[in-house]
Amino acid sequence: MAIRRGRGVAAINYPTGMNLGGDPTQALVHSTPTGNFMVTLSSVDLGQGMKQIMAQICAETIGVPTDRVVVDTADTDTGPHCMGTFASRGTHRAGNAVIQAAREARQVMLEVAAEELEVNASDLETDGQGNILVKGAPQKSISIFDVALSAHFKRGRSISGRGMFLIPRSYPEKETGAMKPSTCYAHACTVAEVEVDDETGEVTVLTVKNVFEIGRALNPKMVEQQLVGGSWMGISHALYETTEPYYPNRDHGGTDFNQYLMPGPGDLAETEIIVLERPSADGPYGAKGPGEMCANPQIPAVANAVFDAVGVRIDTLPITPERILRALKAQAN
Amino acid sequence: MAKVPVQFTLNGSEKAEFIDSGTTLLNALRDKIGDTSPKGGCQQGTCGACSVIVDGELRLSCLTLAETCNGTAITTTSGLAEGGVLHPLQRAFLDTFATQCGFCTPGMIMAAKVLLDHTPNPSRDEVVEALSGNICRCTGYEPIIQAVLTAARANSQNAA
Ligand code: FES
Ligand code: FES
Repeated sequence: MAIRRGRGVAAINYPTGMNLGGDPTQALVHSTPTGNFMVTLSSVDLGQGMKQIMAQICAETIGVPTDRVVVDTADTDTGPHCMGTFASRGTHRAGNAVIQAAREARQVMLEVAAEELEVNASDLETDGQGNILVKGAPQKSISIFDVALSAHFKRGRSISGRGMFLIPRSYPEKETGAMKPSTCYAHACTVAEVEVDDETGEVTVLTVKNVFEIGRALNPKMVEQQLVGGSWMGISHALYETTEPYYPNRDHGGTDFNQYLMPGPGDLAETEIIVLERPSADGPYGAKGPGEMCANPQIPAVANAVFDAVGVRIDTLPITPERILRALKAQAN
Repeated sequence: MAKVPVQFTLNGSEKAEFIDSGTTLLNALRDKIGDTSPKGGCQQGTCGACSVIVDGELRLSCLTLAETCNGTAITTTSGLAEGGVLHPLQRAFLDTFATQCGFCTPGMIMAAKVLLDHTPNPSRDEVVEALSGNICRCTGYEPIIQAVLTAARANSQNAA
């Protein structure tokens, strides 16, 4: 009986979004009388940072600082239609919709500025600081604050725009079943090192090294936090979490946090995260969806590492001490 | 059911309420007084989201009867900022990106505050121990551990 070490590797290909009906998301953007911009969405921020990212995308497109943008995701009954926050689709789908809406709003904003400055709208540019300048003659300028006031009180214009993401619905081919359920793919690879006690069946994850290819990281610190938390969650799924340990028999399922196990702050593996940015062609500013993917490759990597350590293939999750001991026993017989 | 009076200070201000006997401190704080910073995660003492500080000690407010807190001084996360300036722990949680959905955050900050009040320069192991009663679904804990260590360093620099 001994503690045995093993190393496992796994790589994954992760689709962004889910095209089972066009995967639509819509967005509305409008300016307030003082030149701040509202983004209205039904896409929900549940901690992944959707509001921050949508504010950045809107600000970048209109040409204002991010703190001039407010994102309202208040009500899925009354807001513009969104399929939902799942399938790692939020940044990609809502982001594309926000870009389209913000472009239309920017065009109206430039038209109003052009009337105020008595130039062509196509001769104008934004400085990203809240001003609109004449290209090549930046001394001739107007603040977006004044443009908004003019639109609201003088020119009767609504500085606003509509945006939507929709792709043609994909049907499976009759012969092969092939279809295109998503538009772009993120990728990841994990190497996990484990120790397995072949007497108790207990697995300790020593290190996890992850490489994630996620398109462009629109907010690098938020991407990192998502990936760090996700890597931990992947290990948690590999080794601990289940509501139905003897599925389909529901007995012995965890009913509270005492029985539903997750690694705590004292059980962390040494974790490394590397981000590769390969901007996607159809993503908002090149983004893909890293959301769910970040918790995926650790699971097969840990299963492979357990195989490397003690020579048994566990194909049911989570990889519990009981499952390892039963497999070792079966192997010995 | 008969109402019972409770009186304590919450983040330095006097509170007096009539509550149903048997009301937990968590429900009294959230529903009666309107301080929603302690969160109800499990209501049975297993997640730490409801942690508050009662007379300097960390307490699970979901397992504490409000009527046992008469005459105590209670601190919650919503009382930590002073004059609009965030507490070093709050600052550190922001700076190290130690919060995602934020549901565990107030409980984590309470647990960390009690640790730092007693042990201003904790080791990593001491931080882990102090947080071990608090569950987080999102962060993987490492950013939270780093936040507490960062706040401890900021404190000791201010003291120096
Ligand atoms: S709500 Fe009190 S410990 Fe979970
Ligand atoms: S940040 Fe979501 S539970 Fe900790």
